[in-house]
Amino acid sequence: MEYEVVIGLEIHLELQTQSKLFCSCSTSFGKEPNTNCCPVCLGLPGSLPVFNRKAIELAVTAALALNSSVQLNSRFDRKNYHYPDLPKAYQVSQYEKPIALGGCLELEIDDQVKKVNLERVHLEEEAGKLIHSGDSIIGSDYSKVDYNRAGIPLLEIVTKPDLCSGHEARLFLEELRMLLLYSGASDCKMEEGSLRCDANISLRPMGSKQLGTKAEVKNMNSFKAVEMALNYEAERQRQILISGGSVIQQTCHWDEEEKVTVPLRSKEGSSDYRYFPEPDLLPLLLEEKEVNIIKSVLPESPMDRRLRFQKEYGLAKSEASLFTSNRPLGEYFEIVALKYKDYSNLARWIQGDYLYQLREAGKSESALEPDKLVELLNLLDNGDINRPVAKELLAEMVRSGESPSRLVNEKGLKQISGHDMLLPLVEKVINENPDAVNNYLGGKEKALKFLIGQVMALSGGRADPGEVKKMLISKIAE
Amino acid sequence: MAIDFRKDVEHVAKLARLELTKTEKETMAGQLSDILDTARRIQELDTEGIEPTSHVIDFPATMREDEVGASLPLNRVLQNAPKRDNDFFRVPRIAKSGNDGQ
Amino acid sequence: MELYQKTVFELSRLMNSREVSSVEVTQSFLDRIKEVEPHVRAFITHTPSMALETASLVDKKRLNGDNLHPLAGVPLAIKDNISTGGLRTTCASKILENYIPPYDATVFKLIKQVGMPLLGKTNMDEFAMGSSTENSAFFTTRNPWDLEKVPGGSSGGSAVAVSTGMAPLALGSDTGGSIRQPASFCGLYGLRPTYGRVSRYGLIAFASSLDQIGPFAMNPADCALLLELLAGHDPLDSTSYPGKVPGYVSSMEERLDGMKVGVIKHSNEKGFDPEIKDAVTKIANLLEKEGFAIDQVEMPRTDYGLGAYYLIAPSEASSNLGRYDGVRYGFNGGGDNIENMFSRTRGEGFGPEVKRRIMIGTYALSAGYYDAYYLKAMKVRTLIRQDYETAFKKFDILIGPTTPTPAFKIGEKADDPLEMYLSDICNITDALAGVPSLSVPAGMHSNNMPFGLQFTAPPFCEGRLFNVANYIYRNRDPLLPERPPASFRKGGTE
Ligand SMILES: [Mg+2]
Ligand SMILES: [Zn+2]
Repeated sequence: MEYEVVIGLEIHLELQTQSKLFCSCSTSFGKEPNTNCCPVCLGLPGSLPVFNRKAIELAVTAALALNSSVQLNSRFDRKNYHYPDLPKAYQVSQYEKPIALGGCLELEIDDQVKKVNLERVHLEEEAGKLIHSGDSIIGSDYSKVDYNRAGIPLLEIVTKPDLCSGHEARLFLEELRMLLLYSGASDCKMEEGSLRCDANISLRPMGSKQLGTKAEVKNMNSFKAVEMALNYEAERQRQILISGGSVIQQTCHWDEEEKVTVPLRSKEGSSDYRYFPEPDLLPLLLEEKEVNIIKSVLPESPMDRRLRFQKEYGLAKSEASLFTSNRPLGEYFEIVALKYKDYSNLARWIQGDYLYQLREAGKSESALEPDKLVELLNLLDNGDINRPVAKELLAEMVRSGESPSRLVNEKGLKQISGHDMLLPLVEKVINENPDAVNNYLGGKEKALKFLIGQVMALSGGRADPGEVKKMLISKIAE
Repeated sequence: MAIDFRKDVEHVAKLARLELTKTEKETMAGQLSDILDTARRIQELDTEGIEPTSHVIDFPATMREDEVGASLPLNRVLQNAPKRDNDFFRVPRIAKSGNDGQ
Repeated sequence: MELYQKTVFELSRLMNSREVSSVEVTQSFLDRIKEVEPHVRAFITHTPSMALETASLVDKKRLNGDNLHPLAGVPLAIKDNISTGGLRTTCASKILENYIPPYDATVFKLIKQVGMPLLGKTNMDEFAMGSSTENSAFFTTRNPWDLEKVPGGSSGGSAVAVSTGMAPLALGSDTGGSIRQPASFCGLYGLRPTYGRVSRYGLIAFASSLDQIGPFAMNPADCALLLELLAGHDPLDSTSYPGKVPGYVSSMEERLDGMKVGVIKHSNEKGFDPEIKDAVTKIANLLEKEGFAIDQVEMPRTDYGLGAYYLIAPSEASSNLGRYDGVRYGFNGGGDNIENMFSRTRGEGFGPEVKRRIMIGTYALSAGYYDAYYLKAMKVRTLIRQDYETAFKKFDILIGPTTPTPAFKIGEKADDPLEMYLSDICNITDALAGVPSLSVPAGMHSNNMPFGLQFTAPPFCEGRLFNVANYIYRNRDPLLPERPPASFRKGGTE
């Protein structure tokens, strides 16, 4: 029997606020343990939560970017469970009335647009961090707790089971990450744990409408890990089903070393979260007006940007994609494009030599004043310099910020062109290299290349190699 | 119909992370059954179409601006910690020892 | 007359005119504590040196000519569930026996700001769960009118401290009667403010949607003065009311002619003491003579208050008390893995009543029971609020007994939690509705125990309560003792 894979994702994102969701402790990463803590985020007896306005704005921003429908009346509930990283023994989260419902994200898979639907988007607080004395939870005699992270605002995004492979899951996450980076809601740094993903995965006979028994996969710490873990888990379940067995519902960990999913012992009695409305927080009432303001300043989505770059500038899809995924580079392109209209030439230069030189010099995408790049390209287009010189100049310009025309004048790099200018050089080379001339006449094309090289060297690289070639051929033929 | 809490005591105590002695469990089962029987009298009231009250106040929630304020000094964060390991709180092993799991 | 016997207004006047210093005032109360405390045991923690330090600081400021609050230099006692930074705050529980909060409750901050010397932290039922102060993990506080009787609870220690003159004022907390019931049992004024009127920040939570901090005092004016200090918006408590605080004291003498008083008719008054019922009629008659309009008011759904309360409060409590797990603060019961450490810490650290309520609450919120218990109770809460709304359309103020009986004997109800819960029967619905309610001493029972009546007003109308209480205070029988007898008697009615 053929099986199809059904995957739903649960993504947790840390929102990009300065202070925590319910207290004014800093959210900054990598601080000394337990130094970003106060009575509220330590859950000290008597402390109370107060909303961070910005966290709510960012949650609305992200929800709008995801086409999720923002609820003007949402509510916070307590999710009760005991774990040492959870200071109050409950997580303040949204259960019955989340801040946004539904939504979708479109992504391109093999030239097809696929719509992945969302279940909901909600706000909740982050837990602290456990550090185990051994290599893993299981092997450790004791653990240490750092509450710096506790209380950082988290956005949870739950998809419908609309994905059908590890690859799709990865593409979805990449698109989601870009979208949320664009929206400014989160910095989406998976390596700092500000973007995390759990997955529910099950198999069902091809064409069946019913969902099979699922496994929950956790601890996937990169997009690549998500793809590998889900492919591994799909194959594991397929083998069980093919051999007539049945999958049991369980939670597993992705083991990054061994590249396998390992079942976790279920947390005893922890599945009954006893949700109830958080009495310390009043319902979250938003006004349509506020939501509309956020909507009106919502940045363009990556998908829209890609399409616009193709349409407006006539760029290739790959170029549009690069200028979208590298947002500052795309922005630089657009600024230069205001003054330089050969867009495809511009795109080639920016994604090629310019980007290369930036990396070499370790500089940011907007390192070179846009006007200087325009000037350089104009010099080239007008034949004032040749292409190799232009490349060299660009490197110099990125390094020093010099203007190209000044460099050309200073170093005398102006292209040497025209019969009169080049003739003495061509004649000199022919006269001084009779062997090469003879070889060329004898049919050796290589000899011509040598002669061109000699002329170029004499010109200090400033001659137009095409013109030199033409002149050499006709001169030797004389 | 009276409520028999006896069968639930074990489960509820586990959920609440409360270690109870045998005697405590027995006493508690009886007392809780009585209390819940009384509490259950509210079932007599018709609440069809009634919204639940989780807050008695109807002014909007207070918000704060996203500004970083002072956190507690580390020594005060840790001053009440029953077990410490340098600047961390220390807890015993997370996984259960032995083979008492499911 | 000793200083400790004077009203707060009188003390404030004497200090202002520099006839006495705050140190002298404070010392008078400290001496009184020395004398009385061994008999009644109202305090968990005594802070005499801290009190004198604050007092002498206030005295210095006064000599400097600084502009001082009327309460500057007036000492007070605070219930031990209100966080006092740097000073042990136990909630009368083994689990917090050595807990030292690293921060101040907002009310304590206000008290420090105006310079009120803190005399100590008072005994209570563990985590404010109880009606007799017998549930303290440390010791039982005794009723000063009869040492074999309970002072009421959970704020028993605060009530006793004020009624015996060990403190001129005290703070308590009221979740379902914990200020008013002990005020009634000990013969003094105790106010439960409107939910949201006083910041809860730093009050160790029992049931968050019900808890309120409130004052104990020997007369309405002192009570009003302390509320004026405590009340107001707190940016650290998002359920605190942003509205202005009225001048309770300045409007205290206003006449309330023509105001309508509703006498609450309880549908089940079986356990109600006839003398207390008579007192309601007597006071209603007095008010009628003063120009009030009196009528009966029925509140049909309040009968279900007890059932709703004993689901809602324990549910919230079960969640609020989850944090006592031996990781960050408090008692740690040991154990070789996290699960048995949690269970041992909580099993050994909490007393029986707290465990009972955690069990009820956990059960009421758990899968399969939520709708029938917790959700149903919240809907009943809506109906109860509606009863109040209806009543307040017709009446400006409601009156009824604070407690069905005067104080009962220590141990009398200790083994029967349901009987104990019934002693709060008159207090619970006000709390569920979130409305303010003031217990006013209403006379002496023939068994020589005091008892109170309770006035209830619409939300944020505490001023009205003080005004009405003032009528009763002015018309009080001068022959009845205001304070318990100077020699503490044990048992019997003599
Ligand atoms: Mg979550
Ligand atoms: Zn904090």
